[in-house]
Amino acid sequence: METIAIPAINMSVIAPEMILSVVAMALLLINVFVKNEQKGYLGYLSIAGILVTLYSLTIGWGAPQDGFSGSVVQDNFAIFFKGIFLVSAAMSILITDQYLQREGCNQGEVYPLMLFATVGMMLMASGTDLMTIFLGLEVLSVSLYVLAGFNRGSIRSNEAGLKYFLLGAFSTGFLLYGMALTYGATGTTKVVKIAAAAQSGMVSSNLMLVAGMLLMATGFAFKVAAAPFHMWTPDVYEGAPTPITAFMSVGPKAAGFAAFLRVLLVALPVFKAEWSSLLWVLAVLTMTVGNITALYQQNIKRMLAYSSIAHAGYILVGFTAGNAVGTSGILFYMLSYAFMNIGAFAVIILVGKKGEENNNLADYAGFGYKHPALGVAMCVFLFSLAGIPPAAGFVGKFYLFSGAIQAGYIWLAIIGVLNSAASVYYYLRVMIYMYFKEPTEDFNWVRLSPAFIICLIIAIAGVMIPGVVPGTILELAQKAILM
Amino acid sequence: MLGAYLPIIVLLVVAACFGLGSVVVSSLVGQKKLSPVKLQPYECGCEPVGSAQERFSIKFYLIAMLFILFDIECVFLYPWAVLFKRLGVFGLIEMGVFVVILFVGYIYVWKKGALEWE
Repeated sequence: METIAIPAINMSVIAPEMILSVVAMALLLINVFVKNEQKGYLGYLSIAGILVTLYSLTIGWGAPQDGFSGSVVQDNFAIFFKGIFLVSAAMSILITDQYLQREGCNQGEVYPLMLFATVGMMLMASGTDLMTIFLGLEVLSVSLYVLAGFNRGSIRSNEAGLKYFLLGAFSTGFLLYGMALTYGATGTTKVVKIAAAAQSGMVSSNLMLVAGMLLMATGFAFKVAAAPFHMWTPDVYEGAPTPITAFMSVGPKAAGFAAFLRVLLVALPVFKAEWSSLLWVLAVLTMTVGNITALYQQNIKRMLAYSSIAHAGYILVGFTAGNAVGTSGILFYMLSYAFMNIGAFAVIILVGKKGEENNNLADYAGFGYKHPALGVAMCVFLFSLAGIPPAAGFVGKFYLFSGAIQAGYIWLAIIGVLNSAASVYYYLRVMIYMYFKEPTEDFNWVRLSPAFIICLIIAIAGVMIPGVVPGTILELAQKAILM
Repeated sequence: MLGAYLPIIVLLVVAACFGLGSVVVSSLVGQKKLSPVKLQPYECGCEPVGSAQERFSIKFYLIAMLFILFDIECVFLYPWAVLFKRLGVFGLIEMGVFVVILFVGYIYVWKKGALEWE
């Protein structure tokens, strides 16, 4: 009896994913053997696992390799995105324990789930086969559904989990149907082969391929929360436990963009004219809807949810351009967005107390005087989100919009800048509450644990250093684009 | 290219016509002698006991979910066992990894008390 030929497998390509999965499984086992008060240590163990994974990633920089018959690739693009996922996961884990203890739901499962979600994101960034991308997306989504509903005692958290699950499953259907049509039209699920098949001009089935592309774009637009597929975002972000909101406003969005970029730039460059005009409309809608709705929000978590929609819109501007400047702008922006958004959510967690999240803007009255350091930190993050120099958010937006101008989308860049200007209003409003209103509370419950201090220091450094000296990060981003 | 799907469409149409047709024709032509016994959900002699719309304990769902999980493990083990020799050492290692991952889940649900009925 002859043996079955095993296709070439290159385990070193998925070494970082394997390390993180093993750490997550080990934590799952440790979790059931330790007492409730010690669950916080699981967080530190998972951060150690993330650091090891990060180290194993850096080895592969500059030496792209693929494995599993070309289903997975470890190129600079994937490594850059994986760096973003790992950093954002580590920062979110730092702020998780204190929040969960306060809310009385410090179950240790949160850490393995966050790590599994990160593994899913990493697979999405690496996937060069539609099936690998889908697999990563599912690992990510299923973990996130559970995480969104993690505070089982809170009805809002339950609602968030259920809503996210229903809408997420719905959007997955779109994505999968698009992949099926693409496979039907080209006869392959590998992105490189799809590109070759699309180029060879199979005119009769082009319509099927276009339909597949549109459905996949819809699915990805759901995942990155682009208008008009953004409706789930505010409810889910508001209801989910705040550290989880921080986690899923950055990593999964970046993962969605990573897969979206790879599918459109590598697999379907033939339809660049078509998808550019599609993304143009998506970008304008997403920026405008996100920013205008954010203007009316009184709840800071909802405001940041709409702001995250608007930021997806800015990133879509760079995506529409589809050139080197725009793409490296996306990478740079995604990284700085991780720092500024998680930093802002860290401060939001500290303002809340048990049972009272204190998420209304009025709750921030006078906060800047009672806690000057936290007030300044919040201002740094908000300035960066608004895109005011010298913060990293400004540099990122600058490259996104200049990418659009280089590609000839002058109007898109103008709309983007106008939107950015409108967004300053709602970010500054938080600062006005913090500094120009009389304090109604004494904020004596705010407790800065070492983990929070570390997270905030990393966030401020991550916002200010690339903002003042963007050279290094930008060079890395330029080496990581797909072209 | 779409012509290749024509037989499937024909099959769908025929199946739909057959299903709908037999229901419609039997309701038009058939005799109707209704009695309380005939209108019962089960015409097999069993007396219905209470309403069918009762609340079930959530434990049933948990057990059912865990059953599916480990049932899938068996589903994968059978074809592997059939091809065991041809897959060789590689297959053994891969299956070992798969079983170990599921075993981690097993220990987890066990320690969490998900397998206890009370």
